[in-house]
Amino acid sequence: MPNLLNFFLEPLSYPFMVRGMAAAVIVGIVCALVGSYVILRGMAFFGDALAHAILPGVAIGYLISGAASASLFWWGLVTAILTAVGIGAISKGAQLKEDTAIGIVFAGMFALGIALISTMRSYTVDLVHLLFGNVLGVTTASLLLTAVFGGLVVLIIIAFYKEFLVISFDPVLAETLRLPTEALRYLLLMLIAVTIVVSLQTVGVALMLAMLVTPAATAYLLTRRLPTMMAVAALIGAISGVVGLYLSYYISIASGAAIVLVCTGIFLVVALFAPQRGWVWRMRPA
Amino acid sequence: MQNLRQIPSLMGKPQPHLAGEPILALRDVSARYNGRFALQDISFDLIAGEQVAVVGPNGAGKSTLFKVIAGVLPSSGGEVTVAGSGPGKHICIAYVPQRSQVDWTFPVDVADVVMMGRIGRLGLFRRPKRLDWDYVHQSLAVVGMSEFAERQIGELSGGQQQRVFIARALAQEAELMLMDEPLTGLDVRSQEDIFAVLDELRARGVTVMIATHDLNLAAERFDRVMLLNGRLLGFGRSETVFTSERLLSAYGGHIRMLDTGDGTLIVNDTCCDP
Repeated sequence: MPNLLNFFLEPLSYPFMVRGMAAAVIVGIVCALVGSYVILRGMAFFGDALAHAILPGVAIGYLISGAASASLFWWGLVTAILTAVGIGAISKGAQLKEDTAIGIVFAGMFALGIALISTMRSYTVDLVHLLFGNVLGVTTASLLLTAVFGGLVVLIIIAFYKEFLVISFDPVLAETLRLPTEALRYLLLMLIAVTIVVSLQTVGVALMLAMLVTPAATAYLLTRRLPTMMAVAALIGAISGVVGLYLSYYISIASGAAIVLVCTGIFLVVALFAPQRGWVWRMRPA
Repeated sequence: MQNLRQIPSLMGKPQPHLAGEPILALRDVSARYNGRFALQDISFDLIAGEQVAVVGPNGAGKSTLFKVIAGVLPSSGGEVTVAGSGPGKHICIAYVPQRSQVDWTFPVDVADVVMMGRIGRLGLFRRPKRLDWDYVHQSLAVVGMSEFAERQIGELSGGQQQRVFIARALAQEAELMLMDEPLTGLDVRSQEDIFAVLDELRARGVTVMIATHDLNLAAERFDRVMLLNGRLLGFGRSETVFTSERLLSAYGGHIRMLDTGDGTLIVNDTCCDP
């Protein structure tokens, strides 16, 4: 079996692969946990918009301190949190429908980001990295940031589990139990923002939504209680990260795309064959 | 439903907060919904332990009234007091939503939903303790749903779903339960299951307000009836409230009345019931 063992070990002899693998697993887990709330609350469009809207912030960090720097993370974080709170406020009191308002903010910010990046000399390469991720370029410093903030998100999700459950399932109950529903709603928006920034380098802006939505949706089809759904989603997210990177290494495809394709593949298999909720199960003659 | 007779020791008769105060009092309460007045100048008192049916056409403000009483929607005028103080500080008011307002595909089982009623008492960062699970199981026993504790909520019948939400209100230790159309869309047997639970709530001294479209059930099974259409058109015993003039002014043409010759009126809200 030395060949098979070698198949798995060879990529790990490169430190950048090990760092990339670690980042992909953390991102897979964090996105899946936060993504469970995203799909249950119907916030997929918000998540996608937020991911795109951080582009100008990241572009400014890029212009100031270059591609590899961890300062990209901080620029992205500030932009994401401001945008999340901004969208949250818009959807409260606006004259427009919420998705319309989100669409305007999202497209405008994204255009601003592209305009800023287009002033750089290595325009195309940089844009590709920001849009689709560059997990193999993860430095030790940014891996550390990913781990710390990813861990923080997981801790908050666990600490506020029952409160987030109630505001998602029955906001009116949350009010009659006198929970601080507005504060909890904004906390959840900020967790989504942090998750997006943590995942930026791994899957990039354009593919972020897949990491938030696909593992959680897959787990939703397989489970019937939120804790197991979150656990299964995290497992699928982590496996997708690892398998995606091996795929990327051996057949030379873009790493972010490879991770997302593995997620999507798992989803398709589950959507077809899941007991009770799968397509095959529902199609079989009664 | 035989579990219904076992009265759990844990949940004794709820104590009133302030002796001598009505459990609920509204004085000239108005409320807006989507910019227009949904409720105007509503005043009434509820006696602790009574069961009241609230009837009125669609858009009469029944849900708005409940949400204002629960402290979920602000009133735009007047005063709501629950056991002597404003509703915003009480966690003893339970709003039981219409079944159509609930996401039945949400990944929670019956016990999860009932446990949600405990969260107001648990506080942040606290996990449910033995006592909380006791409340959950005893609440499920009261509504006859013990054997369904681990079912996903979407797998239940309409009547069972309704009883789960009443169990949640019990677990919340609610003394005032506001139930939004719990009887709508249920067959007669499921409705009787709900009435059996209401009898149990009566024995515990829980005050209940129910919104319904069924005027016959409202007249027969409740202590008092409230006729609402933006304004309070009548509140009292059904014989005095359900007069043809009042019903016509509440419903306009959307009601059927038959004079059967011996003086009785058979009335039917033609709105939504099957």
